Order: sequence, then C-alpha cells, then structure tokens
Amino acid sequence: MSETTTAPRPDERMKQVAPWRRALIRPELGGICGTILVFLLFGAIAGDSGMFAAEGVLNWTVVSAQFMVIAVGACLLMIAGEFDLSVGSMIGFAGVMMAILSVQMGWPMWAAITATFAFCILLGAINGWLVIRTGLPSFIVTLAFLYILRGLTIWGSVYFTRQTIIGGVAERAQGDWLAALFGGKILGGLFTWMGDAGWIATFTKGNRAGQPVIDGVPMLVVWAIGLAIFGHWLLTRTKFGNWVFAAGGDAQAARYVGVPVNRVKILMFMFSAFCACVFASCQVMEFGSAAADRGLLKEFEAIICVVIGGALLTGGYGSVIGAALGAIIFGVVQQGLFFANAESSLFRVFLGMILLIAVIMNTYIRRIITGER
Amino acid sequence: MSAAILEMKNITKHFGPVIALNGVSFDVRAGECHCLLGDNGAGKSTFIKTMSGVYRPTEGQMLVDGQTVAFASPRDAMAAGIATVYQDLAMIPLMSVSRNFWMGREPEKGIWPFRTMNSKFADDITVAEMRKMGINLRGPDQAVGTLSGGERQTVAIARAVYFGAKVLILDEPTSALGVRQTANVLSTVDRVRKQGIGVVFITHNVRHALAVGDRFTVLNRGQTLGTAERGAVDASALQDLMAGGQELATLESSLGGTV
Repeated sequence: MSETTTAPRPDERMKQVAPWRRALIRPELGGICGTILVFLLFGAIAGDSGMFAAEGVLNWTVVSAQFMVIAVGACLLMIAGEFDLSVGSMIGFAGVMMAILSVQMGWPMWAAITATFAFCILLGAINGWLVIRTGLPSFIVTLAFLYILRGLTIWGSVYFTRQTIIGGVAERAQGDWLAALFGGKILGGLFTWMGDAGWIATFTKGNRAGQPVIDGVPMLVVWAIGLAIFGHWLLTRTKFGNWVFAAGGDAQAARYVGVPVNRVKILMFMFSAFCACVFASCQVMEFGSAAADRGLLKEFEAIICVVIGGALLTGGYGSVIGAALGAIIFGVVQQGLFFANAESSLFRVFLGMILLIAVIMNTYIRRIITGER
Repeated sequence: MSAAILEMKNITKHFGPVIALNGVSFDVRAGECHCLLGDNGAGKSTFIKTMSGVYRPTEGQMLVDGQTVAFASPRDAMAAGIATVYQDLAMIPLMSVSRNFWMGREPEKGIWPFRTMNSKFADDITVAEMRKMGINLRGPDQAVGTLSGGERQTVAIARAVYFGAKVLILDEPTSALGVRQTANVLSTVDRVRKQGIGVVFITHNVRHALAVGDRFTVLNRGQTLGTAERGAVDASALQDLMAGGQELATLESSLGGTV
C-alpha cells in the first residue's frame, strides 16, 4: 500500500462499503468459508468415526491432494479464459503410456515417465494451438480430445497387452529415482517418532507391530501443495500471472497493449496437461498398475473445485488458493460421507448443491466487483 | 507552430473492391489537439487503424518526426510513440487499476526464475499518475469495473502518457459518456496537450471537437475535405462538411437548427 500525501476526498455518491462486503471480493473467501463449514459439519456428524484420527486424516488428505493437483492446472487455464475437458482422458492415457513403455517395452521407469510427460505436454500444446488457430471454443476442441484420448488409451492398452489393466509397474519402479518422486513417501521418521511418543496410533499385531499406522506423507500430497504454492505465486506475483488475468479478462484489449495472449493460453494448456501427468504418475506408482479407465470424470471434478474456489467460468478472475480449498472441500465431503456411513449416492446430491451455491455466489461477487446492478 | 510529429500524406486504403480511404492527408504537431471529424462510414476507423499500425496503407506516406515509417504491427507504432486509446477496449474491468495500468509492461524485480512483479512500485506510480489526471483512487487495487466510463478513458490516457506517447489517438472518447464525464475527458485532453503531446481526437460530435480542438479536419467518404484552424470555422460549417452538405441543411431547417 502506498502512502497518500493528500487524504482522498470521499465521494459523496459512494456508500460506505462494509468490510464484509470488501472481503467478499477476495475470490478465496467462498473457499475459506466452505472449508470451515465442511470441517464443522463432519466434525459433528463423523467426529467419532476415526475420520480425524491419523489414518482418517491421511485418507481424506490423499483424496483432496488428487483433486488439488488437477484443480491447480484447471484453475490457471480457466482464469486464462479456456477449459480443458481432456484432463480425465489424459490421466488414463498417461498412465497406460507409462506402463506400456516400462512393462511391455522394457524402458527404464525414468525414461518412460519422462517420455510420457513430454508427449502429454505436447498434446496439451496441440489442444491450445487448435483452440487459438480455429477460434473455436476450447470446450469443443478439448471435448474432441476427451474422446480421442480415451479411445486411443483403450485401443493401445488392448493392442499391446490384450487387457485394459496393465500390472507390474511396481516391480519396474523399484529403486527408480524418478518413480520415487511420484510414488515415494517423505517424513517417515517423523511419524515413527510420533508413534513412539504415542501421539498417533501404532500397529499392535502382525509383522509391523509397533510401527505407526502412517509410514509417511505420500509424494502426491507434496506435489499438490507444491503446485498450489507455485500456481498462486505465478498468478499473483509475476508478470506472467498478470498476462493470465489479462488473456482471460479481455483477450483483444490485452493484445492491443502487447500481451502475447496466444502464448499465454497455449502455455496454460500445457500446464494443465502437466498436472494431469503428475496425477497419473502418482496414481500408477501408488497402485503399481495402470488402467485404461482411470481418470473418468476428473475434468469435471477439477472444474468443480475451481468454481467452488471462486473462479469465474468466463475467465479473468479466480484464485489458485481458492481452487486448492475447493479441492479440500471436495475431498473432505467425499470421504466424510463415507466415514459418516451415509449413502454414497448422496455424495453427488451434496456436490451438485455445493456447485450450484458456489456459482450463484460467484455471479453475485462479479456484480460487486464490476459495479453492475 | 512546431513541425509535425506525425504526418500522413495521401493515404489510400483498399479492401478488395472497396476504397475505404482515397487520398487522406493529415498531420499532428506537438502540443496541439487535432480533431478528425466524420460521420459513420466516413473512414475514421480505417484511418485510425492505419495510423496505429493495425492496417498498412495501400498507397501513401507516413512520417514520424520527418522520417518515413512503415508499421508492421501496433507494437511498432507504440514503439514509435503513437498510442491509441480505443473506446471499449481500453481496460479489463475485472482487473485492478494498477494491473491494467501496467498490463504488458509490468515492472519486475528479483533474479530469474524468482523474478516477480514489483507491485509496490507499480501501485505507487499508478496512484500518482491517476492523481495527476485528477482521479483519486480508493486504492491501486480497486477494480476498473468500479470506475465510470470517463475515468476508464482517463486511466487509458494516463497509461499512454506515462509510457512516453508522443502522439495520442483517441477513438471517440466521449461518444458513450454523460455531460460531466465528457467534461472530465475533455479537460484531460487539455492537460495532455499542455505536456507537449500531439492529440488526435476522433469524434462525430462537433461541440466536443470545438471545445478542445486547435485544428479540425473533416473526413467524408474516404477523403479529407480540408483542415481549418481554430476560430476560422464554426459548428454549422463543420456539421455541413461532415454530412456532405445538402441533406442535413434541409433536415436542420425542419428541426429549427438544433442538430
């Protein structure tokens, strides 16, 4: 904030803006309130179900982290004014490609992972290039890729292995340095120490007796937090972030002042593909297998997280922190209903309602910002 | 009077069989406001876009400070000191004034890859520049959407001036504004002119043109009908030239001379 030498003269036509109304303009606010609300809700209805014991926390943290990884990519892309509906298919595609290259073709795991990342980011660039060159809505272009990639994934998987689930990745990943970056765990020592100190539960039977129930924080969680921090920093602190807002806010106005709108949009498509690959890699390493049907509906779940986080569907406004909170809400609700022994189909009802409320709130917020009535 | 900063000589522009501009000559000097008047379809937009580097002229010569130039893109024109403020496309409403002001030219600090936008510097300059133009912001993070139309034009003008524009082209800056906002924009034009910047003011409103203009050029059907100095021409004469004479004369008499 700058020091003002002369106090700004209050405009007699402006009503005093209440602090709560000003706070509403922050895109994260909805996400913060929502997060507090779901924790209170599930603290009340599932508090004694083990949801907030170490194992339970890890359970919903991992699910939230999955959503967070793809939500960060979707968020930046949506602020830049575009959608990527091919995220889910990309997850399936990346997993199967990785597995075929390593298990079937015998490539070392690190090479398979690198090649998959490179190819998927290229696909993201093609997505973006097509959107820019044709001028078609990204909704349609990436919808086409949703089908193309899913079809290729199933065909490739059956062609190379005669099945849609490819196992044996775990053995190939053993001792691989790059695989550990996605499938490993960190802070194992901390949890052992916490287990010894009696802060978290330990196994009482079996060959792992005495060890803590949690043996570390999965790398997926590290990726999720890392990507969210990176995305937030990029968007709010850098020149490129300003261009992302500008490209989504009004591409033509941005072009007139020299913002390379096309480059910004294509890079965001590539980043979205990168996030899908991170998701796929972590999932493949965790399960030790790839399957052609992985990632189904993930594109919509990512968009829902972003919208719950306060971003506008029309682009130009939003927050990565908001999207990350949206992912936490999504994860906690999904796993919380499970802990609360609720009928699992009710999850969708709940989700639909949250989505609707979020969109209505966002429309209202947009009116406040732009001063429309 | 000083020499012209920007001079357009016998510009023609054809779009296929359509002759949009047919020999337009126009110049602007430092510290003056040269009004370009014309009715809809007279070729004003084509001419602005030629000056600002969006179109390349089919024939004719463009000179900046006496040197022949050919702009390949709006960026070239901007680099040569010719800034254009478009009526609707000046600002992004959802972004803050400061972010809009610096859009495309963000100041940075730090070492790559940790280079960040220098927000404090950007905010301070924005507030200071806006105060010079007579707008007190609630804060640099105020969204442009909360500003009035006239204030948005002023932000765009302040931005162009700050980034070293020698010639400022204003595309119908007052056409969508109310009386008071128009007065604000016109006084901004006056302020900019006093800083030694050449202003090209495009409008079809004769009264707005007469309020700030030093010289007046009328464009009709892709041709210039001559340039008049301030004081040598009155509203009705300009009006007649814009409309091409006769029809408006009959209309005006039926309306009692109020158009």
